Amino acid sequence: MSAPPLKIREDLVSKIQAHGGETYPHECCGALLGRDGGGLREVLGLLPLSNRRDDSPRNRFEVTPEDVRLAEKEARGREWELVGWYHSHPDAPARPSEYDREHAWPWYSYVIVSIEKGTARDMTSWRLQDDRAAYDSEPVEIVRSSASISSD
Amino acid sequence: MAVKVIIPTPLRPYAGKQESVELQATTVGEALSGLTRQFEALRKHLYNDDGRLRSFVNVYVNDEDIRYLEKDQTRLREGDTISIVPSIAGGAPSHSPRGGSI
Ligand SMILES: [Zn+2]
Repeated sequence: MSAPPLKIREDLVSKIQAHGGETYPHECCGALLGRDGGGLREVLGLLPLSNRRDDSPRNRFEVTPEDVRLAEKEARGREWELVGWYHSHPDAPARPSEYDREHAWPWYSYVIVSIEKGTARDMTSWRLQDDRAAYDSEPVEIVRSSASISSD
Repeated sequence: MAVKVIIPTPLRPYAGKQESVELQATTVGEALSGLTRQFEALRKHLYNDDGRLRSFVNVYVNDEDIRYLEKDQTRLREGDTISIVPSIAGGAPSHSPRGGSI
């Protein structure tokens, strides 16, 4: 079963790419806030977060349960949902690592942006399979900012 | 004791789409095993192959992390709320010359 696309406005894509560039050569991370339902998932806002992995920030990121709760609260406040997470892979491809898979939750969209020498390259999105064995690629549909899909 | 377990959004598809589940338990361990008996598909997302809670699964009793209480032996009182809260981790493939995970 292939996942329906993840819709995201191009200005939000730019923000993810910029966040990855700012924290390079360290990984960035943040929450994807939006709507899910009726076979459609769309990202309508972001919550950039601090990477809590001070010991290995070049190839690891971590979001604490406190920050997860903060992201949920932020989403609820806008009548949205916490639909997933983004992080960067500095000088590595935009594909989930084995470590990503081991630590993944189902249902969430995991957006990965590759940052090569400080410049954003590919951006991909992934969903963990029910049996945790692998990720499915989730197509990303970038929506032009002028064709606004939300009131916000 | 009648207690309530709050299910995080990513696990709701495996728990009959419910936001919370009420069950009878005297300890946190009992509550979680009751939950996974009722919803078998939850098990692999909560526990690793050794039967231990996964490192990114955080469990709170009325907002207190069970790691700072008695872990799964933490005793429950009537009406307690148990919350399962995700932490999120990941990273790029390791470039370490010593190998590590890819
Ligand atoms: Zn990663």
